[in-house]
Amino acid sequence: MIYSGAPAAPRVFDSVLRGLLASPDAVTYRPRMKAEPDRETARESIIEFRNVGYRLPNGQPLLEGLNLAVGRGETLVLLGRSGAGKTTALKLINRLLNPSGGEILVEGKSTCSWDAIALRRHIGYVIQEIGLFPHFTIEQNVSLVPRLERWPVDRTSARVNELLNLMRLDPAKFSKRYPHELSGGQRQRVGIARALAVDPPILLMDEPFGALDPLTRGELHKEFRQLQRRLEKTIVIVTHDVGESLLLSTRIALLDAGKLTGVFSVKEFLAAREPVAAAYVANFRMYEEAERTNEPD
Amino acid sequence: MSLIDFFIRHQREILQATLQHIWLVGISMLLAVAIGVPLGIIASRHPWLSKPILGGANIAETIPSLALFGFLLPVPWLGGRADRLVITALTLYALLPIIRNTTAGIGGVDAAVREAARGMGMTENQILFQVELPLSVPTILAGVRVATVLTIGIATIAAAVGAGGLGEFIFRGLAMVNDQLILAGAIPAAALALLADFMLSLLERRLRPARS
Ligand SMILES: Nc1ncnc2c1ncn2[C@@H]1O[C@H](COP(=O)(O)OP(=O)(O)OP(=O)(O)O)[C@@H](O)[C@H]1O
Ligand SMILES: [Mg+2]
Repeated sequence: MIYSGAPAAPRVFDSVLRGLLASPDAVTYRPRMKAEPDRETARESIIEFRNVGYRLPNGQPLLEGLNLAVGRGETLVLLGRSGAGKTTALKLINRLLNPSGGEILVEGKSTCSWDAIALRRHIGYVIQEIGLFPHFTIEQNVSLVPRLERWPVDRTSARVNELLNLMRLDPAKFSKRYPHELSGGQRQRVGIARALAVDPPILLMDEPFGALDPLTRGELHKEFRQLQRRLEKTIVIVTHDVGESLLLSTRIALLDAGKLTGVFSVKEFLAAREPVAAAYVANFRMYEEAERTNEPD
Repeated sequence: MSLIDFFIRHQREILQATLQHIWLVGISMLLAVAIGVPLGIIASRHPWLSKPILGGANIAETIPSLALFGFLLPVPWLGGRADRLVITALTLYALLPIIRNTTAGIGGVDAAVREAARGMGMTENQILFQVELPLSVPTILAGVRVATVLTIGIATIAAAVGAGGLGEFIFRGLAMVNDQLILAGAIPAAALALLADFMLSLLERRLRPARS
């Protein structure tokens, strides 16, 4: 797979985005400097798919021949149409599903030789359907894994407060409520807080910002990038939002009908000739165009 | 008027029979919950076992109660004591609604919630005791409620094998063609069933967890 591009200096993304928003002919944007020699390949890979396939019990393949490596501290975005197999790929990483072929290495060890429980506590997971526990308060939901890990009570409650604040949910207002007393976007943020609770080194996020209004989403994106810079987390995030991908990712992996079409740096993605990637970019630009063409003279 | 007189005159006997009735039903229900909930959990954990478990309970349910007493009579430890015999039979009758509602309750837990629990690294036991069972409590209680009302009725037949209870009056009344005697058994039994139903429904509402 294509594995190059500038390493994760957030400034690069900013300038790419700014360039992208500024120039109308950005479709033809090409990286001016030659990509640096593959510095990233030298980086230790924390998650690695090796020729992974997944089939349903009836034999229908959902993923085929998947090869992909995610380096330490990297944020890989999985992009692809509905039904492409993104959620399936995530569940293979924390062994909610077992591969029918190939293997997945997490920190160099095959998921099959990990203890499944230890593996999952090591990996924060934000599930697509949020899945809060309806009989737990927000506080109990967020503190679930710390409690399973038998953290002392004061440390746990301090952590819950910290996380709720991070997610822009006032602990005084929300910690004693039940999930059904929250809006969809608030629930989604609780789901993210729950996944971050024990500060796991790996995060899997399945459309974590989907239900948020654009302003809250923007705030959380900012928060998320600071988090990325501060903590060396390895993150795989599923999204349908190209803008979000460009903002948050170090690389973008494109899945189509169960197969990996390519892995791109942000720059490469914007310039990609690969048809699906190009379609995403063109679609993304259509909305930018609207801003100009709809302006009344 | 005369019925009320009858009740007042025989209040001690009626009270005693009622207590005996409650005792028979109470012990049977405790046993049925202690056996039925685990069986329901097993059936929901292993789909291949759910057919035999539910099928077995179903069969017990379809045997007419008098016949069931008859079948149990030759069983060594049971046949000798009427109360043991009756409690065993009542327990068998109470099992089906409890097993069925336990599996239904666990099966009704939102798949996303279960998936989240697994994804957070909860063990199967933690998922069962911290997520699935608490969320199933109202459904299981509904089963207990149905089973209780059912056994209060069936327990009146216990008198046929000499285990006492409110059935005593009914059987004596039938033999003596005495309506007042029949009612002395039937009215408290019906009141008991209504009361149990009402109290369990309160409990059920009380324990219903917050749901979206
Ligand atoms: N248990 C299952 N049984 C049958 N089909 C399944 C099952 N799980 C997934 N699929 C199918 O596999 C394909 C991939 O599913 P997956 O959930 O990975 O898609 P996705 O890329 O996450 O899509 P979305 O963006 O809509 O969430 C879909 O076509 C889905 O219908
Ligand atoms: Mg999905």
